[in-house]
Amino acid sequence: MSPRRFKPDRDVTEWTGPVARYDLAKEVTISFVVVLLLVIAFAAIFSSPDDHPVTLKSWATAMPVDFVQTAVTELDGTSPTATYGPPYNETPGAGQKIGPVSLARLAGVHIPINTTEDFVIKPLLTLPNAPALDSQVSRYESAGVAQRTSWDAAYEKAIAAASFPGYLKVPSGRYGPVGVMMTNLLAMARSGALDGALLSSPQLYGTDYTKPLLFIADGSYMSDLAANLHLQGDQWGMMNETGNFPGQAWLWLYTMWYQVPPFNTSSSGDALVWAVMMLLTLVLILVPFIPGLRSIPRWVRIYRLIWRRHYRSVTTEAT
Amino acid sequence: MTTTLPAPAPRDDGPAARPGVTKGIRPTWTGRLRVRAVKALPPDKLLPDTQPAYVASWIYVFGALTLAAFAVVVLSGAVIALKGPAWWHVSSIGLFFNSMHLWSTELFFFFMVVHLWGKFFMAAWRGRRRATWVTGVLAFAASIATAFTGYLSQQNFDSEWISTQAKDGINATGAGAFWNVLNFGQMLMWHIVLLPAVVGLFIGVHVLLVRRRGVVPPFADDRAGGPAAAAASVAGPGVGQGAPAAGLFEEHTPSSRETAQ
Amino acid sequence: MPALVAALINLSHPGRYVHWGFIQLSVANLVVIALMILVFVLAIALPFPHGKRARR
Repeated sequence: MSPRRFKPDRDVTEWTGPVARYDLAKEVTISFVVVLLLVIAFAAIFSSPDDHPVTLKSWATAMPVDFVQTAVTELDGTSPTATYGPPYNETPGAGQKIGPVSLARLAGVHIPINTTEDFVIKPLLTLPNAPALDSQVSRYESAGVAQRTSWDAAYEKAIAAASFPGYLKVPSGRYGPVGVMMTNLLAMARSGALDGALLSSPQLYGTDYTKPLLFIADGSYMSDLAANLHLQGDQWGMMNETGNFPGQAWLWLYTMWYQVPPFNTSSSGDALVWAVMMLLTLVLILVPFIPGLRSIPRWVRIYRLIWRRHYRSVTTEAT
Repeated sequence: MTTTLPAPAPRDDGPAARPGVTKGIRPTWTGRLRVRAVKALPPDKLLPDTQPAYVASWIYVFGALTLAAFAVVVLSGAVIALKGPAWWHVSSIGLFFNSMHLWSTELFFFFMVVHLWGKFFMAAWRGRRRATWVTGVLAFAASIATAFTGYLSQQNFDSEWISTQAKDGINATGAGAFWNVLNFGQMLMWHIVLLPAVVGLFIGVHVLLVRRRGVVPPFADDRAGGPAAAAASVAGPGVGQGAPAAGLFEEHTPSSRETAQ
Repeated sequence: MPALVAALINLSHPGRYVHWGFIQLSVANLVVIALMILVFVLAIALPFPHGKRARR
């Protein structure tokens, strides 16, 4: 191995100078005690936040019209979830891209969700003793696409002018079975039954909240609450916590990209931000290997302050 | 395996049996592992009671503080695990331990970032210490993922908002097909089993590397200290922390250092 | 919320935020970041207690 030229940002001459007593075990022990006491003090003084989650029930109770407006888009397949693309469903053109590549499309559909069936029809069919509803659901299911589209469109138009004076008041229209279906879905949501129906798993036990969370996220209620709490993506929300608690300050750079073009205007913003962050993380990992970057510490000379006693002693020894 | 009786006839291990390997038996994997481990990290290097004289700044305690905060994070999380993820919503004791878990996490990142700044400005990767830097950054990245899954495991407004927002980013990378942030059970498992193990592993390797390579020496600063300062730092008294060894990352020799001056 | 131990200082009221141009930061995060920088500066500036030099 031929010796390469010494580079001060890569190589050192190992220390052969004086050593001093240094008690690592004591340092670690004292650190632990100090940190433990600090944590106990912070926990006692500030506690921790715990805002109640939004449920389909709380949403349908607080904003019944918004719930139905969202539900009908789940039925007719125009909601954000219904048109999401992979990993939830096949939607032509959906899926964020980095240049020409859509990693989401490459990975494919692994969590299949059909909002018409999963969010509306299947939950409605779990309602017991509702023969009138069941027959309306069958009528909707057996209708042709053109018929369904016409009912859906008529209901979407009517629901835009709906109100809720204690019950769902929708202007009349030629929306066939959709009216009964939506009224029942709203009643189901307001009773809490829809929260359960969307969780139903063949094993009784469930830990997967994908369906109710996607449904809730399609509406405005949770999003409005988040905006009030400064948690929206365009409010640097990723690093914020509810209330006045500190959040994930370490996400400052990740959330910063979402505030600036082209990331905040691109339809593939998430993919672009992730690509940039993965690249920057790689750069941070490889700092010791990157010429220029690894010279910054030598140029800014903060090390002269950190090791000032050492540099003082070598100058005195020299004089 | 223990086959002790009768003592086997001493094998001819050659005139100089390998140091550290028990004489008279065929070398075992275990023995070889011990020899290698002790060679890499002899006890006085693993737990030294001295440090080079230049190790004299408060900036050096932030590694230990980060370790201490990590310990409190793990311990408070373990207490929450005793009663399960829903406990802290309904019990004041549970809430207190959740608060400890949150604040120890905040302190963990706080100390880790100060530690990272300090090590950056000391260019602490110099002299075969690149792997120490790399494992440190990997521990930082794994900690961010662990904290993220912790936010998803809270079962409150934070969890549902963060998961429904973050899904778009994760899905955009393609990882969402396998790593479903809306699946509470999956995220809880990652938060309390897989990711803490990854963080712990990176931190463990990082600390062992720090002990193995020692604390990075100061720049031999020609500009301020003059040639004398540089000379003092290469030729101080004492036998030294370890001879300059050639290896994967060390491609200079002391003589080349002197010619470069 | 059952059995919530009242925190000595309640941080659960609406958050406060500062805006500089496109930057929006919660006061809590701002405090944390400022403290990090302060602690970093102090860690370098404050003198470290002397250890006894040991010659080997």
